[in-house]
Amino acid sequence: MLTKRIIACLDVTGGRVVKGVKFKNLRDAGDPAECADAHARDGADEIVLLDITATSENRETMLEAVSRAAHTLFVPLAVGGGIRKIADAAAVFDAGADKIAINSAAVSQPELITEIAMRFGSQAVVVAIDAKRRDSGFEVFVNGGRVPTGRDVTQWARESEARGAGEILLTSMDRDGTRAGFDCELVRAVAQAVSIPVIASGGAGSVSHFVEVFGEGQADAALAASIFHFHIQGIEHLKRELHAANVPVRWPC
Amino acid sequence: MIAIVDYGAGNLSSVRKAFDHLGAEATIASQSSIIDAADKIVLPGVGHFSALSALSVAGLRGTLLKSIADGKPFLGICLGMQWLFEGSEEAPNLPGAGLFSGRCRQFPAHVKSPHVGWNNLSLSVASESERSEHREPVPEKSELQKSKLLCHLPSDPFVYFTHSFYAPVTQATSATTDYGLPFSAAVERHNIFGVQFHPEKSGMAGLLILKAFCEV
Repeated sequence: MLTKRIIACLDVTGGRVVKGVKFKNLRDAGDPAECADAHARDGADEIVLLDITATSENRETMLEAVSRAAHTLFVPLAVGGGIRKIADAAAVFDAGADKIAINSAAVSQPELITEIAMRFGSQAVVVAIDAKRRDSGFEVFVNGGRVPTGRDVTQWARESEARGAGEILLTSMDRDGTRAGFDCELVRAVAQAVSIPVIASGGAGSVSHFVEVFGEGQADAALAASIFHFHIQGIEHLKRELHAANVPVRWPC
Repeated sequence: MIAIVDYGAGNLSSVRKAFDHLGAEATIASQSSIIDAADKIVLPGVGHFSALSALSVAGLRGTLLKSIADGKPFLGICLGMQWLFEGSEEAPNLPGAGLFSGRCRQFPAHVKSPHVGWNNLSLSVASESERSEHREPVPEKSELQKSKLLCHLPSDPFVYFTHSFYAPVTQATSATTDYGLPFSAAVERHNIFGVQFHPEKSGMAGLLILKAFCEV
């Protein structure tokens, strides 16, 4: 049976994993390669390295971190942040990533989705969408959640799929960093709108939140960052609990 | 030396990295001469079935078929496994190698496509480790054949898939996976092996499969 994936996200800047709430009060959480390896051993089904500063000066440092993480990792590795053109994507794949996540650049140049998919395959293209609740529906935000686009999230997810995206990484800005639970209504709306996998992000705080997003939310995968660092909740523990709650997960792995 | 065939489809370095990790010498090769000189061949690949036309363009198709006919161990991964069949609905006019019977088809409409993530293998018979533990004949689970490639695996391990087309279950199937229907997750005959999943991305289970290939 196809299992629900638990994805560990590592926020990286200056070659180090950092953790804060909404990009503030950043604390050092270790070396990217060591953290990625530790999460994989703990049972993560996939690792995401997110370049949270994504400046051109930081680019080489990030690629070096990707390369070192990829060297010892035998689960899929996705990389996001600052990928604005095909050459950026190619450099990340060369460094050893299996997938790239694009967000703002996909909105401003949607042909980039197709271009990367044609060259590296749809399985390698994750379109990341930052979504915020509105009176009716959800709106797409870009530039790290600072700029509203006026676009509807489900429509943009459908267009991303049509243009060649292989997966959607869907972050609820309302829930991000709150540990109050995933926005199941948002996730379900997108999961029903597309046939490609949807990765839910934003709000993970307890085992029951994962049970809800895989059930009610119809998510194919769920991503979390803060609850896995500093061992607030280990992945191994999470998977054992999900298994006990009859959620199909890769356990034991 | 293991030759990892480069025909412009897929992330070859992750396959090489896995062999490096196992201490096996592997090289990425796009020339017939290197493939001819290799002890074993790996044909990786992701993406559209039509990407396989590059094998003919590069003059590698004949080299691969001859090496396989000579009995050189061959492992096709993902698209590389589908190539071993007669063809695919994805590119109906492009012939596969035709070494296994049947054609690759699209998943039925009632399941999400592509099939992405970790799914479990149903192995044909109990693995060697289970056998030695029980010290008595273990009854066969099914009609599927016993596998040289999957011999180190625990029962029904999880592996990582990403594909939209699947190969049918045939006489050569050594493991099946269910996704809307049962399909061939692994095939094997003599020294010809194919896996639909990505062993280089399948954690310990994947490394045990690549180790078994090194030992063939």
